[in-house]
Amino acid sequence: MNKQMATYIQENMTDIIADWQQKMRDEKDEPSFQVMSEEMVNQTSREFAGLMTSSLLESYQIYENRLRDFAEKVVRLGWSITFMTKAIDHFAEIVYEGMRKVGTIHPDNMDGFIHEFANWAQPIRNSMIHTYSKAWERTVSLQKIALQELSASLIPVFDKVSVMPLVGTIDTERAKLIMENLLDGVVKHRAEVVLLDITGVPVVDTMVAHHIIQAADAVRLVGAKCMLVGIRPEIAQTIVTLGINLNDFTTTSTLQRGVEQALAWTNRKIVEVEEV
Amino acid sequence: MSDQSSVEILTEWDIVAARQLGRNVAKELGFGTVDQARITTAISELARNIYLYAGQGRIEIQQLAENGMKGILIIAADSGPGIPDVRKVMEDGFTTSGGLGAGLPGVKRLMDDFKIETIQGEGTDIRATKWLR
Repeated sequence: MNKQMATYIQENMTDIIADWQQKMRDEKDEPSFQVMSEEMVNQTSREFAGLMTSSLLESYQIYENRLRDFAEKVVRLGWSITFMTKAIDHFAEIVYEGMRKVGTIHPDNMDGFIHEFANWAQPIRNSMIHTYSKAWERTVSLQKIALQELSASLIPVFDKVSVMPLVGTIDTERAKLIMENLLDGVVKHRAEVVLLDITGVPVVDTMVAHHIIQAADAVRLVGAKCMLVGIRPEIAQTIVTLGINLNDFTTTSTLQRGVEQALAWTNRKIVEVEEV
Repeated sequence: MSDQSSVEILTEWDIVAARQLGRNVAKELGFGTVDQARITTAISELARNIYLYAGQGRIEIQQLAENGMKGILIIAADSGPGIPDVRKVMEDGFTTSGGLGAGLPGVKRLMDDFKIETIQGEGTDIRATKWLR
């Protein structure tokens, strides 16, 4: 039966592809076809049809490799997974209808063919979904790593003075990272003053404030001072309304004033030099 | 008359999604930056409470228009364990999670109207409104 299906597909390839493209264009929710060039659509369609036939004829290994290549390609093209499963269903449907019309499938062997078609489409669908989710998982984990690298680094700006700029949302995981990097950095750079810059933190709620207070307490324990800088006016107002007590902190509106203050604490200042 | 949209809270990152939704609606309604910060902070607190204590729930954001006034309504609903003593959680500094204990009383101060309904074992429904002045 596999042979019969493959022969039918190969003999009627052009018609099947044309029908299939029409059906996929009719899928209103899926713009994947509309945004691609005609040539690209034709090429990808032929590849897809080839893949569908290859699963009937070739050894599992060859087919598996082709499938992976194709799935990776469509992921790159940005075709959605619903689009791909629809593509498989439509393709099988067209072949089935076509074979019924020419009489290869008739009431006597219909049961066998239905079974055969199910066995044909199901594994393709499964491995397509598998490849898709693998590709997404990889993207997400890479982004997570990229985010972590951006997360929290302590930068020594002057002798004994270090700055940690915080940009973006602070969640529990990041809060832990901030605490670790802060303490490691203070010891490593022998900092006496650490400036936590929250200019880039969009929302300071009680949890974020709590983590900042804990981090500052810990910094005090290793013998340095912690200063909170970059408090925007609207953040200042919400902190006050929330009733968060930051009285134990030195805070400034900008990093620049924080640095000046830090230098003052370590008995230094920046002066302009007049050229002689 | 109201327009609404909602975010399911299942993971910590959904808090960010809820906040973003609230900020967009607030901006659209014409709230200033200070009120935008208040509204997003309130959403952040309520969403975090759902995540921490109920495990899952939803944040709904509605646009209000009543008597010529415009406003934003935040609904935080969950089917969690409920709050045993509402009066206690509305006190500043009361916490069961080792936090600051400023969350709910803070939200009440950040917003104009604040209503809390909770049934033990069935869930909690908090509604907070901010009017555009």
